[in-house]
Amino acid sequence: MTSTRSGTRGPVTALGRATSRLLEGKWALAGLAVALLAPFVIATPYAIFVMTSAAIFVMLASGLNIVVGFCGLLDLGYVAFFAVGAYTSGVLSTRFGLPLLATVPAVIVVTVIAGVVIGAPTLRLRSDYLAIVTLGFGEIIRITANNLDVTGGPAGIYGIPGLTGDPVVFYYLTVGIVSIAVIGASRLGRSRLGRAWRFVREDEDAAEAMGVHTYKIKLAAYIAGAVWGGLAGVLFAAQLSAISPGSFTFLRSALVLMAVVLGGLGSTPGVVVGAIVISLLPEVLRDFADYQYFAFGVLLIVFMLVRPQGLWPHRSREASS
Amino acid sequence: MSQLIWNGLFVGSFYALVALGYSMVYGIMKLLNFAHGDIYMLGAFTGFAVLGAVGGVSPGMALPVLLGVLVVTMAVTGLSGVVLERIAYRPLRHAPRLSLLITAVGASFALEYGMRAGAGPDPQVYPLRLGGSAVELLGARITLQQIALMLVAVALMAGLNLLVTRTREGRAMRAIALDPRTSALMGINVDAVISRTFFLGSALAGAAGVMAGVYYGKIDFLMGFLIGLKAFTSAVIGGIGNIPGTMLGGLLLGLLESFGTYWLGGEWRDVFAFGVLILFLSVRPTGLLGERVTERV
Repeated sequence: MTSTRSGTRGPVTALGRATSRLLEGKWALAGLAVALLAPFVIATPYAIFVMTSAAIFVMLASGLNIVVGFCGLLDLGYVAFFAVGAYTSGVLSTRFGLPLLATVPAVIVVTVIAGVVIGAPTLRLRSDYLAIVTLGFGEIIRITANNLDVTGGPAGIYGIPGLTGDPVVFYYLTVGIVSIAVIGASRLGRSRLGRAWRFVREDEDAAEAMGVHTYKIKLAAYIAGAVWGGLAGVLFAAQLSAISPGSFTFLRSALVLMAVVLGGLGSTPGVVVGAIVISLLPEVLRDFADYQYFAFGVLLIVFMLVRPQGLWPHRSREASS
Repeated sequence: MSQLIWNGLFVGSFYALVALGYSMVYGIMKLLNFAHGDIYMLGAFTGFAVLGAVGGVSPGMALPVLLGVLVVTMAVTGLSGVVLERIAYRPLRHAPRLSLLITAVGASFALEYGMRAGAGPDPQVYPLRLGGSAVELLGARITLQQIALMLVAVALMAGLNLLVTRTREGRAMRAIALDPRTSALMGINVDAVISRTFFLGSALAGAAGVMAGVYYGKIDFLMGFLIGLKAFTSAVIGGIGNIPGTMLGGLLLGLLESFGTYWLGGEWRDVFAFGVLILFLSVRPTGLLGERVTERV
């Protein structure tokens, strides 16, 4: 794909693009190396736990990045899909004795259905409506999980089988899965579908006029985000072996959004860095816990005012406008 | 039955009061102000602080004190709304809509957790209760407190409606809602009118916050989150941007919730309300009294 297009644009841009791509690859390798070597530096059970959580958070952020970053749809209830995934695998594995891995197809099916149920009515409307409906949806899922018997009510589900016994092995497994998910999201963003997403984000009416079926395209982004969130939920359930409605509040949705905005909307390396920063910062700034979320809120405003492209902006490979 | 209707109307008048601010701001600048529910929370806490400063209130003086506190609170929350607009929304008025929505979320977050840092995470007990006995009316038990609060809410809404339909200021607001650029050409100071719209909406939300504090007796820093959602639902039901529609939507949502709670049980109340929202958005997104808006390119 790159070679055919670079041929028409002359050698200079092709060279620039190749180096920028190589650089990006280098950064990705460096990041992966850090993630893989980290357990050799600090291997206390707590550190492993925090790092696994951070990796799962990266997966969430890369999923939300598909919806918000690539397609420009604000999803404020992203944690709902995380919850749907965690609960689906939790219920299936504890009530029916399935191994966790066997629940993954069911999780994908259920999250796709959830994505269609919420996306189909709202994506026809202005994008602001989606924001608030997803906010409501996040609450619905949490309240429903809290009220139903099959989900264990307020106490939640416990005794979910893990994927592996050893937390360090699980950490490596998580890093592997999350890396695949991040690369997958990034490749999706560069595909034909991804270009359509960016077009819709930049100018929906123009996209529609050019023959992009904007409704289908937006629904695709929304469903892709839902599946990513659901799979992250499975990892979450496997890590903790117990889930309860308290883990799926609006706060988590807001934190994921913050990671995406901070890192750079639509930028894969940015979002990964943003997610790691947001999930590790509370560990570092333990003394300022009271002001931490206040600061996050202020940061969101400041970033939108001063640097809307985020810390590590997406560098478009198309000609910039 | 009549009890359910009365309860629904009472809660609905709170929803309507908060929803008006949402609806006015949306009508005039097409912004969903996520922080609106938190302005309501700010109002409840401002009223709490003012009451704390006043000291003990004798039962006979409760109503005049409440009215005084309402006025102070409305001034404070109104000004906070103006400041919020000036800092967080005005610089982004021509930015992509996504940026504006994200700053609104940030503002909401900052208000909630700023209040948490300031007032502590635990719920506070409101020091003012309107005493009074209950009266029986058509089989419904109605307390005098409810009647007083409802009268205040109705008075505020009637005042707002007069302001928007009968005054020069209201005409300017309606003009900007139709077409901001032409309004500016016609000599309307758009920035100033938007500022004043924020003042009005936030003042109403603040008043609702104080009234909720007095009625429920307890406030906490996250109290605005849910009511913000409910207020938005009311606005959508009635037709967002349409003031009588929004009031109607608030009352209707209150009634729906009241009956929904009766049929399904209290733990499903919020799920029921959002279900109604999603239903309305799929069937009639413009609301009951809203007009179909064509998007200009």
